[in-house]
This record gives sequence, C-alpha cells and structure tokens, in this order.
Amino acid sequence: MGFLKRLFNKAKVKSPWVFHFNSGSCNGCDIEIIAALMPRLDLERFGVKLVGSPRHADIMLCTGPVTEQIKPRLQRIYEQMAEPKYVVAVGSCACSGGVFRGAYNVLGGVDQAIPVTAYIPGCPPKPAAITYGAYQLLRVLADMMGVEPAQLAPEFEEPAPPSPECGTIETEVAEI
Amino acid sequence: MTSTEKRVVIPPRVSIPIGPQHPALKEPGMFKLTIEGEYIVDAEVNIGYNHRGVEKLAESNTHIQNLYLLARICGICSATHNGNYAQAVEFAAEVEIPERAKYIRTLIWELDRIHSHILWLGVAFHEVGFDTAFMYTWRDREVVMDMLESISGNRVHHDMNTVGGVRRNVPDELVPRLLRGLDRLEERMKYYRDVVIYEKTFWDRVAGVGILETDVAKRTGAVGPTARGSNVPVDVRFNDPTQAYIPMMDTGDFEMVLSDRCDVAGRSVVRVVETLQAIDMCRWLLQNMPDGPIRERVRPRIQPNEVLARHEAPRGELIHYLVTNGTDKPERIKVRAPTHANWVSMAHTLRGNYLADAPIILAAIDPCYSCTDRVVIVDAEDDTMELVPLDVMRVRANKWYKMHPRREE
Repeated sequence: MGFLKRLFNKAKVKSPWVFHFNSGSCNGCDIEIIAALMPRLDLERFGVKLVGSPRHADIMLCTGPVTEQIKPRLQRIYEQMAEPKYVVAVGSCACSGGVFRGAYNVLGGVDQAIPVTAYIPGCPPKPAAITYGAYQLLRVLADMMGVEPAQLAPEFEEPAPPSPECGTIETEVAEI
Repeated sequence: MTSTEKRVVIPPRVSIPIGPQHPALKEPGMFKLTIEGEYIVDAEVNIGYNHRGVEKLAESNTHIQNLYLLARICGICSATHNGNYAQAVEFAAEVEIPERAKYIRTLIWELDRIHSHILWLGVAFHEVGFDTAFMYTWRDREVVMDMLESISGNRVHHDMNTVGGVRRNVPDELVPRLLRGLDRLEERMKYYRDVVIYEKTFWDRVAGVGILETDVAKRTGAVGPTARGSNVPVDVRFNDPTQAYIPMMDTGDFEMVLSDRCDVAGRSVVRVVETLQAIDMCRWLLQNMPDGPIRERVRPRIQPNEVLARHEAPRGELIHYLVTNGTDKPERIKVRAPTHANWVSMAHTLRGNYLADAPIILAAIDPCYSCTDRVVIVDAEDDTMELVPLDVMRVRANKWYKMHPRREE
C-alpha cells in the first residue's frame, strides 16, 4: 500500500462524512440523528460531519421502511455516492420494516433496496445508541482500510461504554 | 446603447425542482418552483414519498395495536396521534376515563408541544443561517426530552396512552424534578423570545416575508400557528376543549396566542409565546393533578359507532375519524393531519417571494410530510388548486408506469 493510499484511508476513517436520507420514516430517527450531532453528544468530535449531498458522503444513514415511491430515488442516490460507500440502517423500520411491516406500500427494510453495512435497531435508537453504532462502524472501517484504531485518535483505544440508560444496544455489522 | 426606445426585458421562466432529497428539507417532499428572475411565480407541491398505507394497515390491527402504529405516523408529534386515537376509541366506547389519566395525558401533550416548538425554532434559525441559536435551542430541547424520558421511558415515541387511560403514572417524587426542568426551560425560552424579536439576524429575514392575509388564511382553511399568526382564532384547546383542558380553561388564566403580523415573523412569535404558555400549562397540570387510578378497564370489543376526535397538535388541528363495528378492530380510521390543511395556504405564501426565502417559508408552517401523504397541485395561472382524487391519480399512475416500467418482471 502506497503512502498516498494509506493517507487517504486514514483520512476516510478519521473523518467519515455522513449523509442522511429519509426513506419514508416517521421523523423520530431523523431528529435523534440530529440530536446525536448536537451539543450534548456531539458526534462531530469523531470527525463525523453531516453533509447535504450524496456525492460528498462516505456513509449514508437511512431511516424508515422503504416505500414504493421512494425506492427508485433511494437507489439513484446510492448510485450517486462515490466509492467506497457504506449504508447504515438507523431504526427498527430501516432494519426490518418495524411496525409498518405488511403495509401495502412498504418494502420492509433498507436492505430490500440497497446493500446495508450496519444496523442500529431501536424505535427510535437513542442518540447514545447512534453514537455507539457510528463508533462500531468506524472500527470496522479501520479494520478494512488496514489502519490501526490506536493510530487514529486516543478515543478509539477504549470503546465508550454505553450508558446504563440506553438499555441494550445491539449493533450488528454485517459482512460485506 | 443610445437608443431611447424603452426596452422590456422579460426574465426567462425557470423551473427549479427541490427534493425529494435536499439539504434544506429533512423529509422527502418535492417542490417544483417556477421562478422569474428571483421571484417565485408558481409552486407545485408533490408529496407522497412517505406514503406507507397506515390507514389500511390499521384496519387489520386491533385498537390496542393501532395505538402504537398511529404513534409512529409522526415522530415529532407522536403523543398527539397516540392520545387522539385513544380519545377517539373512548368516545366510541362511551367510557369516561379517570381524572388523573386525563391530567397525565394532557401533560404529555403539552410537553410534546414544547419539544416540537423548540425543535421548530431551531430549524427556523437554521433555515435563516443563524446556526449558533440552532445549536442553543437543540441543547435546551434536551431538557424537555429528559423530562419526557423520565415520565414515559422513551424520548420520542412516548406511547403513554392506552384505551381507558394512561399506561404509566407520574410518581410524586418526579414532580419537583419536572418543575425544576420547567423553570429552566422558561428562563431559556424567555431568552429565545428576546432573540426572535430583538435579534436583527433573525428578524430581518422573517419580517414581511411570506404574507398570508387573514381572509386568505380563513379561505384556505389554515390551522394551528399558521392561522393564529394571521390573526385567525382557531385553537381546539380553547374552542372545543377535551380532557384536562376543560378545567384548565375554566380557570381563565390562559388566552389564545394571536398575532396580526400575518408573516413568518408573526408565526414565529406565536410559536415562541405558545411555548411559554405551554410551560405554564404544564406547571398548572402538575400542581393541580388529582389522585386516583390512572386507567379504566375497557372491553376490547368496541360497540358500533362513528366518532370524530379533535385535538390541537403542535402544528394545528388534528382530526381522527373512526368507525367501529363491534369487533376489536376499526372499520375505518381516517387521519387528517394539520400539515395537510396548511399546504393550500403555503402555495399562496410562496408566490411572489424571493427564491432565497423559500426554505423559511416552507419551514414556517412546520411541515410534516410523514403525517401528510397526498398530492396537491397548484396552478399559478388561474389560481386554482387541484386536490387529485384517488381514481384520477391511479389512472395517471398507470399511464406513467406504462411509460416507465419499474420492475423487470
């Protein structure tokens, strides 16, 4: 791996830009994503930045069961993202369809339309859970890019213990 | 360029599609704005990306299951959908719920209003580019989120209501904590009220923008803060109170918040002052909460009935129309969310404004697409609005899909 490539990979793990797409959700997950980026938890200290365009983003945060009307748009926006790209399904609806499973206009889960890297369940997941999910994804990214997590920042050495208030947080990272 | 002949320059009409994914919009909705130079001459609203078929799904669920399904219509005003459906089923079953349950239900509604209005204020600050205040408001919103979490156990979907009462009690030891939180919120909201009114960064962007005259607001059937910002006195809490709003309004301490400015500034002031009023209402509810049971047992099979339940959601009047048929499932449930009533007036307010003001005008009605998934087409030429009925839509959709096959089958 050349020096430039190593530098790029390090930069990608250090500062993943996320992009938020509402694929028919109820807004609950959306406001919790914003709350995770806001002063109390401040995901931006990990270098995670919310951007407005899919072309700038490395990670797409999808919320909501995919409705029939939004499916082609979702696929188009996924195609617009530059490689390497990752998709995180935030919330029970995005993971499996949740409470809307079985409705006539709902596909049930983002993975029915586009490949998903990580799932964060919860209705809606608390900002702490979203932070933890983002942290787990960054660790997996570091592994894939061949970057030592400890090289990146001191906060990557010890996983931040989820606070007891968040209940059980199960963040699964699927194999790509 | 010495010609004395007067030259008439007609700026070209440009059609700008906004959405369904757009940085200014948190939710998928599509607007086709036709502009001449910088002025908006036509606005076409195309929503429905969020249509999930909740009403149809609700017909196959029991009433208890529907409480949780309808709460998930909208994440920002989930307490209103949840509570209003519980209210509708109780009206249909003709049962009276305990006094304490009424107070707790109303308390959750008012806390939800505080959280929704602070959220709106943050979004409004963000839309005019005042991000410092955006961060401040969202930090202070965490106070009310913590209060809701301590009462209901969840930050966003509270699901406090059940048919015949509420699911959780507000313990006595929690009340002082809630009152302290309300004090802190009141202090911060007074600061934001001053920011909204005296801070030029915000005021100059909203004053005189997006005018909605009183008669137009009445004619187009605007509801909620959009109507009250145009001096139309509609507020279900005052006009047709239910639950604990009845004793609260009997005290005479509360008055409807109105503004005669008719612009975005008027709507902002109405929302901020209403938040302060909601804090007072929460304090009144906590101090006057009676003792007693919190729920009444209601038989799951609801007698055949047809009811209309109204409630003042943060965005305006929310209507649930429910037909029951003697089983434990509804025959028909129809939701009319406040945003749907405000679309019509919004097309009027957009017209004639600068393109740069479009985000704040769109935000000023506090649109909630997940509540509202229908199609409204507005034509600037003859000032008509077409609410497309379902069968016409189906014909158009079939025609469209014939030209654009979606799946390979």
